[in-house]
Amino acid sequence: MARRLPPVDVVLVGFGWTASIIAQELTDAGVQVLALERGAWRDTVPDFATDHIQDELRYAVRKQIFESPERETMTFRNNTSQTALPMRHLGSFLPAAGVGGAGVHWNGQCWRFLPQDFVIRTHTEQRYGKGFIPADMNLQDWGVTYEELEPHYDRFEYLCGVSGQAGNVGGQLVAGGNPFEGARARGYPLPPLERCASTVLFDKAAREVGFKPFPCPAANASRPYRNPLGVQMGQCTYCGYCEWFGCGNYSKASPQTTILPVLLKKDNFRFKTHCAVTRVNTDNTGKRATGVTYVDVDGNEWEQPAQMVVLCAFAHHNVHLLLVSKIGQPYDPVSNTGVVGRNYAYQITSSVDVFQKERLNPFMGAGALGQAVDEFNGDNFDHGPQGFVGGGYIALWNTGGRPILQHYLPEKAPKWGAGWKKAMHENYLTACSIATHGSVMSYRSSYLDLDPTWRDAYGNPLLRLTFDFQPNELKMSGFLTDKAAQIGRAIPGATVHEKKRGGPYSIVPYQTTHNTGGAVMGNDPKTSVVNRYLQSWDVPNLWVMGSSVFPQNAGYNPTGTVGALTYWSAAAMKRYLKNPGPLVTT
Amino acid sequence: MNHDPARRDFLRLVGVAVPASMLLCACGGHDTGSAARGVRSTAYFESGEMDFIRAATARLIPEDALGPGADKAGVPAFIDLQLAGPYGRAERWYMQGPWPSGTDSQGYQLRYTPAQIYRQAIAGIDKHCRAKYQQSFAGLKTDQQDEVLHALEGGKVDLGDLPSKTFFNLLWQNTQEGFLADPAYGGNRDFAGWKLIGFPGPRYNYVREIGEYGKPYGQPYVSLIGRVPGEALTHAGGAA
Ligand SMILES: Cc1cc2nc3c(=O)[nH]c(=O)nc-3n(C[C@H](O)[C@H](O)[C@H](O)COP(=O)(O)OP(=O)(O)OC[C@H]3O[C@@H](n4cnc5c(N)ncnc54)[C@H](O)[C@@H]3O)c2cc1C
Ligand code: SF4
Repeated sequence: MARRLPPVDVVLVGFGWTASIIAQELTDAGVQVLALERGAWRDTVPDFATDHIQDELRYAVRKQIFESPERETMTFRNNTSQTALPMRHLGSFLPAAGVGGAGVHWNGQCWRFLPQDFVIRTHTEQRYGKGFIPADMNLQDWGVTYEELEPHYDRFEYLCGVSGQAGNVGGQLVAGGNPFEGARARGYPLPPLERCASTVLFDKAAREVGFKPFPCPAANASRPYRNPLGVQMGQCTYCGYCEWFGCGNYSKASPQTTILPVLLKKDNFRFKTHCAVTRVNTDNTGKRATGVTYVDVDGNEWEQPAQMVVLCAFAHHNVHLLLVSKIGQPYDPVSNTGVVGRNYAYQITSSVDVFQKERLNPFMGAGALGQAVDEFNGDNFDHGPQGFVGGGYIALWNTGGRPILQHYLPEKAPKWGAGWKKAMHENYLTACSIATHGSVMSYRSSYLDLDPTWRDAYGNPLLRLTFDFQPNELKMSGFLTDKAAQIGRAIPGATVHEKKRGGPYSIVPYQTTHNTGGAVMGNDPKTSVVNRYLQSWDVPNLWVMGSSVFPQNAGYNPTGTVGALTYWSAAAMKRYLKNPGPLVTT
Repeated sequence: MNHDPARRDFLRLVGVAVPASMLLCACGGHDTGSAARGVRSTAYFESGEMDFIRAATARLIPEDALGPGADKAGVPAFIDLQLAGPYGRAERWYMQGPWPSGTDSQGYQLRYTPAQIYRQAIAGIDKHCRAKYQQSFAGLKTDQQDEVLHALEGGKVDLGDLPSKTFFNLLWQNTQEGFLADPAYGGNRDFAGWKLIGFPGPRYNYVREIGEYGKPYGQPYVSLIGRVPGEALTHAGGAA
């Protein structure tokens, strides 16, 4: 039997990026907030200190910084004709475990989505006609617009000290920035990062081909920075151990480097680590959350009552908790009804490796040090002749040159033996890779539900993922890859290796931790789990943060938009706290 | 007794409880095949297994004009220690049954830990080699060893319910790890792997150098456990 604890005003499930923002905002509004985190406490000192964090084997290869599948994992299949099987070790994506969440070990590639991304169904129908959208594609508007989110994007970027070059300030195009971006109220808080040898090559080549390259927005501080909360960040040193590691230099934006120094001083905030939430509890009407149940490090079960519950546990885990707690109608792919688990989506990536002669010193890099072109993202180009929906950016990121996982060899190089050795010797310092980063739409056949067979360490059924890349995405990704190869070939003396993404989707190789959907936002409770303020339609004192609310995924990394939506939702929560009840009535 | 701080750190990093006999031996230098002396020199492998690992990794990354191969770089000791630790025991993997097999896209579905895979595979390979060449793998000529490795890679060697390709991929992955991971883990000895490619190690400040396009980086190689004494102050690794 779970032992009952004294109630709190607000309980947050997880203590990563979104929880940190919500905690900071709601404690400012005067309520008592408790965050429950399943992982450990960790901070820049001592956990990310440079005398041990720069350990590729331990963190990137053995993945010790991430979720342990032994405790929590999921099952996976490409389609309903297969039996889903457990993901026995991590691969395609790397959910976090520990304070700061994936904010600790992200790259800091911090984008805004395009204005059209938020109204994609309306926009696509208007420009191309209803018939352009495949019948099984659950394409949906978000219920919130870019213009509404703009001030919240701005807050997240200033919180993080994003380094970049604005392309559109107040409707005026600014040279050197992304000419396709939505209008922003002001420029980035910091100038772009330095360029490295490979991004200079990319920039020149992309211009030659006729594109407009720009520096990628980076939550790696290009200069020392003091954020609006008064927290000081240090200048990025281009150490090249960003993604999959914590930053030892206070330069990568994370909860630890932007919010926690202020939050942890507040009397009305508490957090507990090693507490895995296993259920959101509801009263007998099922319309009100009464708190959560969690299991502590010794296996004891506790009930934490709360006036309000916010799920900040990352995409999969938010949906998992909704399903095991039986909140909202689970999605049924046969009838295309129900909402919880519906519209799971992901990211489709590919690359073009470039082999040339100039020394590039790839080990001098940063998580979001890159140069990109956006000509083929969103609806920045005419999709009519292409016959697919969506797009993505093409970028040369130089995130580092970590030797085990970050080396590129020519297609014909022997896989092992003396030939491999020679190829490593000849290419490590001079090869680079251009990435494409494409959108994935939502489909009837892509969803999350509970597995009938396997269970997690707490006795809950595992989450079951049914997902594959669809023809629309494969076609789009192929198109992007060809454009990337065009840029690669414009690099002097270059030989390129086009690595197109083929189907079926595999859970084995790492791709991105950009999992989206399953608890999507919208204006219609029949096709969304939360309203446009991220408040549950069924249980108004329950809220869902993070990329699980994306109705489909756009062609950018998610966290800029996750951060903006979190601030947008926090503002709505403050209104709710004064006058609790549904913020949208149907 | 254990006077080498680097060695101590490396044992801490690997997270292995090491028998005292092995510590003695580990201090003694680079000889990992010293079972003959009567002290156990390995943390996981039996001596016959170690012979296989040394011979196989030496073919995967051979010694040649470009520098030391896997054996000299300490890769066998690296793999041995990895298998004796939490990785070898698959401590973080989800190991609950049932165990049906699936598609390639569903990933690993065998009930073996990495340590168990090695044990089963090496026994099977030994059988295969004795049947085909009347010799253990380590006793074969290098072109015969390559033939066996290619057969393993192609999934053509019978290792019971373990696909030989699964073992080959694991062995090759661990060999690269041992060659290219921080020397703190026992491989990449004297920075053999990093010198081959020109990676200077875990340095953390390139603010000054990042804009010096095309220039070689002039600082010495470092490891998480420091520099090799007497190492030259410039590094000339890599080909560029
Ligand atoms: C390797 C990697 C690289 C990335 N790079 C980028 C990038 O460059 N750009 C970008 O835009 N995005 C990137 N991302 C994604 C980005 O990190 C996430 O979008 C962001 O952290 C999401 O915030 P969140 O609060 O939803 O989840 P998180 O920050 O992951 O926080 C969730 C927290 O909840 C905890 N939790 C989960 N379940 C429970 C439970 N049942 N009980 C208690 N606690 C629980 C977890 O342990 C975790 O700490 C990357 C992610 C990874 C893993
Ligand atoms: S590259 Fe910069 S931001 Fe990233 S970990 Fe290194 S110092 Fe920190």
